[in-house]
Amino acid sequence: MHKYYKIDGKDFSIAGEASSDFKTVLKKLGTPAEIVRKVAIAMYEAEINTVIHGGGGECDAAIEKDKIVITFRDQGPGIADISLAMQEGYSTANDKIRELGFGAGMGLPNIQKYADDMSIETEVGKGTTVVLSINL
Amino acid sequence: MSYFHSVTLDTDKCQGCTNCIKRCPTEAIRVRGGKAKIIKERCIDCGECIRVCPYHAKLAVTDSFDMLGDYEYNIALPAPSLYGQFKNTEDANVILTGLEEIGFDSVFEVARGAEAVSAITRRLLQEGSLQSPVISSACPAVVRLIKVRFPNLIGNILNLLSPMEVAAMMARREATEKTGLPDEKIGVFFITPCPAKVTSIKAPLALEQSNVSGAISANEICAKLMPVLKNITQPKPLSVAGMEGVSWARSGGECEGTDTMQYIAVDGIDNVMNILEQIEDEKLDDVDFVELSACLGGCVGGVLNITNSFVTTTRLKHITSELPKRQESCSVTLEDALFRTPIEHEPVMKLDEDFAVAMQKMEQMDALYESMPKLDCGSCGAPSCKALAEDIVRGFGNENDCIFKMRERVRELAKELFDLEARPYGLNNQKEDEDL
Repeated sequence: MHKYYKIDGKDFSIAGEASSDFKTVLKKLGTPAEIVRKVAIAMYEAEINTVIHGGGGECDAAIEKDKIVITFRDQGPGIADISLAMQEGYSTANDKIRELGFGAGMGLPNIQKYADDMSIETEVGKGTTVVLSINL
Repeated sequence: MSYFHSVTLDTDKCQGCTNCIKRCPTEAIRVRGGKAKIIKERCIDCGECIRVCPYHAKLAVTDSFDMLGDYEYNIALPAPSLYGQFKNTEDANVILTGLEEIGFDSVFEVARGAEAVSAITRRLLQEGSLQSPVISSACPAVVRLIKVRFPNLIGNILNLLSPMEVAAMMARREATEKTGLPDEKIGVFFITPCPAKVTSIKAPLALEQSNVSGAISANEICAKLMPVLKNITQPKPLSVAGMEGVSWARSGGECEGTDTMQYIAVDGIDNVMNILEQIEDEKLDDVDFVELSACLGGCVGGVLNITNSFVTTTRLKHITSELPKRQESCSVTLEDALFRTPIEHEPVMKLDEDFAVAMQKMEQMDALYESMPKLDCGSCGAPSCKALAEDIVRGFGNENDCIFKMRERVRELAKELFDLEARPYGLNNQKEDEDL
């Protein structure tokens, strides 16, 4: 089954709604608590990235037989150097975003930590697609 | 699992309005056949519905004062919130003496239990063996909320019994020594500010059987105390607990006794749910200790109190300023205070035992929800359109419960009837017409 979410790029105050809703869905399905936790954290980080870096986009969360696959797609500026972006503490977030408490440079590293698998497709000037999956 | 609940419904008074269904944090109430119904498995006894019901149809079942007659020796266990209920009474000794005058043989302050729990908490926090952030176990409504909705956080709950239980245990020990009576002849009565505490005595959390014999509403005790208090000119020196213990009555009081600066005190059920979400998502990484109270203001905000919680909090500040800061008046060991049984997840929110079936139900639910007006009006008896969709899939709701869907159907039926009526007579009739 799929859950589809539109991610608003302008409103920081509602960032995290998609991951929060999906967490409720997983709990209702009776997903083991540890998996819910991993999904919630990884998905939240990816959602925040879509908001602050991607300028919004969309999210498709699919529950498959043996895993949960979550895709975030945006038409933002893209990532110039993925290996740099994967480093803990590295962030291109501007001061305004940092003032809001985001941009600590832990987004992608945290996704990698909590997801069982993660892939990034990005093109500068075109956008980024992050796919993360967590085994059931 | 027993599903005793203190929170119940007075069917005669219930008007079937939507106030309580909307307020319930676990979506445990539905209106069916014009009356509210509480889903027992989901209710956490927080008392929000009692607070919000304009017809006073929701009530907390507590034990009667007459129960004192069942025991030979009775001990009152006043919750510290009781101290701030009375106007012009800023001496804890007066209130405690009053309790002895209305019929109790002795008094044991729950605040002393609180101090004991604080002392052990400090030790455990210092040892660093607990899962961080540590969540207080003092509010039974919060512990039940975690059991039902936040199973991930069960491991973070401080594994110590509540001050009430610890105080009851110590009070029993003292009384046995003093009177020589067997346990069953000693009555230990908690004077409760809330229904959740009543439930935690009848259906205990983390232990097989409560040390408390019964819970009498603060409300009822206040009514008995009021005429007595003003005549007490020479109160007995019964107050033993210090400021730290009595401060547990208000939000923040427990935190202050932990000796850590990295704490957060959250009160009010909505705020509590919000912070639990954040802890679950590991967004609260700079906090060691989390104090959570279902009621706004802490226990002073309990629905069975008679005084406004803000007034009580101010009075408590005056009362505690006269007390020694930290008293450790009784010897409670770690073993005394530890949970006897583990807290377990109650998966009452899940759609089905079978994951695949649950997923099918979730898909049906989504489809149903899409067809709904999304006004969350509550007229169907469920708190929201989403909740109705879920009820239908679970088998205890009907699409026609939605008045908008119903209206649509009526419109369709009316159109069908109209079309039927407007149709020319059947072929046979036409033929007959021609023949004529």
